[in-house]
Amino acid sequence: MAEGIKDKVAIIGMGCTRFGERFDAGPQDLIVEAFTECLADAGIEKNQIQAAWWGIHMPDISMGRGATALGLALKLPFIPITRVENFCATGSEALRGAVYGVASGAYDICLALGMEKLKDCGYGGLPLAGGLGYKAPLTMFNMTAPGGFAMMATKYFSQYNLSPQDGKMMLAKVSAKSHKNGALNPKAHLRKEITVEQVINAPIIAWPLGLFDCCGVSDGSAAAIVCRADMAKKFRQDPVLVKSLQISVSSGEEMYYTKWDGSHVEPAYRAGVMAYKEAGIKNPREEVSMAEVHDCFSITEATAMEDLQFSPRGKVKDDIDAGRFNSDGAQPIQIDGGLKCFGHPIGASGLRMMYEMYKQLQGKADKRQLKDPKIGLTHNMGGFPSMNVVSVCIVGK
Amino acid sequence: MVGIKSYGAHIPRFRLDRNIMQMSLLFLGFAPLRGEKAVANWDEDSITMSVAAAQDCLKGEDVSKVDGLYFASTSQTYALRQNAGIIAAALDLKTDTRTADFTDSTKSGTSALLAAADAISAGSLNSCLVCAADMRVSKVASNGDYTYGDGGAAFLLGKDDVIANIEGSYSTTHDFVDRRRLEGERLEHMWEERFIRDAGYMKFIPEALAGLTKKYNLNIKDFSKVIYACAFGGAHAALGKGFGLAPEQIQDPMLTTVGDTGVAQTLLMLVAALEDAKAGDKIMVISFGQGCDAFFLTVTDKISKVKDKKGVKKNMANKAALGSYEKYLAFRKQMPSELGIRGEEAMFTSFSIVSRDNKELYGMVGYKCKKCGTPSYPPQRICPNPDCGAVDQNEDYRFADKKAVLFTYTSDFLAPSIDPPASYGFIDFEGGGRAGVDLTDCDTNALKVGMPVELTFRIKYADEKRAAINYGWKAMPVIA
Repeated sequence: MAEGIKDKVAIIGMGCTRFGERFDAGPQDLIVEAFTECLADAGIEKNQIQAAWWGIHMPDISMGRGATALGLALKLPFIPITRVENFCATGSEALRGAVYGVASGAYDICLALGMEKLKDCGYGGLPLAGGLGYKAPLTMFNMTAPGGFAMMATKYFSQYNLSPQDGKMMLAKVSAKSHKNGALNPKAHLRKEITVEQVINAPIIAWPLGLFDCCGVSDGSAAAIVCRADMAKKFRQDPVLVKSLQISVSSGEEMYYTKWDGSHVEPAYRAGVMAYKEAGIKNPREEVSMAEVHDCFSITEATAMEDLQFSPRGKVKDDIDAGRFNSDGAQPIQIDGGLKCFGHPIGASGLRMMYEMYKQLQGKADKRQLKDPKIGLTHNMGGFPSMNVVSVCIVGK
Repeated sequence: MVGIKSYGAHIPRFRLDRNIMQMSLLFLGFAPLRGEKAVANWDEDSITMSVAAAQDCLKGEDVSKVDGLYFASTSQTYALRQNAGIIAAALDLKTDTRTADFTDSTKSGTSALLAAADAISAGSLNSCLVCAADMRVSKVASNGDYTYGDGGAAFLLGKDDVIANIEGSYSTTHDFVDRRRLEGERLEHMWEERFIRDAGYMKFIPEALAGLTKKYNLNIKDFSKVIYACAFGGAHAALGKGFGLAPEQIQDPMLTTVGDTGVAQTLLMLVAALEDAKAGDKIMVISFGQGCDAFFLTVTDKISKVKDKKGVKKNMANKAALGSYEKYLAFRKQMPSELGIRGEEAMFTSFSIVSRDNKELYGMVGYKCKKCGTPSYPPQRICPNPDCGAVDQNEDYRFADKKAVLFTYTSDFLAPSIDPPASYGFIDFEGGGRAGVDLTDCDTNALKVGMPVELTFRIKYADEKRAAINYGWKAMPVIA
């Protein structure tokens, strides 16, 4: 009988680079920057790490494939390293490997490190790295990431009878809130507060999404060192315990069948249900103190609130209007500024989300510190609303 | 007797006003040309326009009976790889179909039609589709640049239930050098306009008419419509006068509304004539291009059964102003245009995939689960209905001719496009099935969730390094 992983693994160290258009830094620089902070935070020696999981989504534009990139950059002493990739949830997939490696009893201490160097491609938005196979250009429509998610916004507005004006206002509040949070974060890429009027009046990227409905594109790296929960206090007094880490992957039902409504992300709902069950959470709206969700676009954050059962279906607008997810609200979301302000170096994002939950639970989040949070959640999504992978990780003290 | 069973047409939605052309081109000289011309969208070519005309022609026909497809164009996409084969794939014709390309002359559209009629007469073929389309590109400010329009026509020929019998034909050949283009050249060359008019049209059209009437002992007064090619409006009128035709006998050459559509010109005029024809009408057709093909038809009482055609009429009504000559240049790659560095990313073409998945990619053929009836596109070997999940219980199921509605959409300025924003969405098919598709020929502001759409075969992308134009099905608002 499977036992799950609840409370078996603790995070004892984390590191995160400054995210941004790091034209100054190559992939190796980013990896070493995140790892150095992480190792120092954990207070261990490099040779105590027994296995590592390396997350990078587009190795072909930065360091190449395989796990050697991480071993070579960090001079890890011939330990097992696995490269993982799962679209934009790659960072969480790396953490999952390390956490499950420890939970299985195979290792005492593991490393998860994610990195992406996107800004060497020469253009805005995510690079096209041919990641969908030879057949994709022959079959796919001319879709970009903003367009893929814009279609969810179009459908959401239609399904819940929001006029374009009301819908865009709802989404503008999501972005304005995140910018307010990100302005306080020295590691964020975009650190300016913006008004809802600025969001609404910004140039359209993919209707109905405008420039400020889209997260930035940046370079960055983040890392975590995890160990057996029963040994965590040997290293530090404030370790963070993993309550659950689940991933749900599309079955094809959304794209190839006609029941999906197009205005929610089914795997997000499913991953949430699995994660809450394992963590013993009965009422997510009341029990989850804070969350970092995958706000690649404002609409993604809005629908995630419903998929994660923070808001009832079709009602997230009421919670947004009431300020529920603001830093001083009942359930702060994107307290670090989110993808909106950090940008989205794909392999790093899931671990960057966890970095904020970890710091918040330790009371070390500086000007962003929330009052005594108990449970933190990360939601990391890869792919498009119609076909995707979503991870939900729940952590606590 | 062999005749036309059905007809179809495609005239592209965009129109370019020749006054707008002139405003951009005045520095190169004044061209006294009036009206507008039909301009194919950036994702159209002679192949896609033929498919569109053929879809119009084959609506309600039994496609499984078609055993021949002839394609005519002087602007065919491939010089090596049969263009008719691509059209046959897009129409999902059966594999035991005879296909051939007719090219090099603007009369090759009628040559294809007569060859099809002969093959049927001889008993070699039962039902032959003839498609003719041109999208000719000429030097900036040249006569062709101003006068050529884009369009296509299609006819289904057979022996039974014909709407018009093909009664007889007469052809001439002259090595008359009006326009030419060598293998490998993109833009054509043209000799003096007055020479082409006076030594060409004004001489060969009367010669062909005389030959046909003499051969079959015809009286031109008995014809309700006479269709003859001419690139010059004045000369077209003068020819009609010379033949002693009453104004209502002369079929409009559409020079100021569509332009000179090359191989399609007389065939589009024939579609227009059939739209207004009644049983017993006689129609004469004379094409032009290094000589002429002349033939005549008698309309049967089956003409009254023709319905639901776009034909020339609905296509003419479905129009939008292109608005700028520069946009036309960009569409035809006559003007290098910035698509952003994202647009420079190479799109690879694997031809083993194009061949293996040809039915899926070009025919828009998916599967339908025999157990639960769920259609799937792209074809899914395991039924996507979560309550079914049957493995390999599928039959082929064509989506291209199904009605659909827009499930959701966006208009995207980040996606590289020669005509931004790139619109695309998911569509739900009547009878089941969902597909993600590009949207084309649409006003982005008029898109709405739930609006009816129809499928259209278009260019997806050009892979110039590997000499490939890649096609696929897109959706557009229904042409009502």
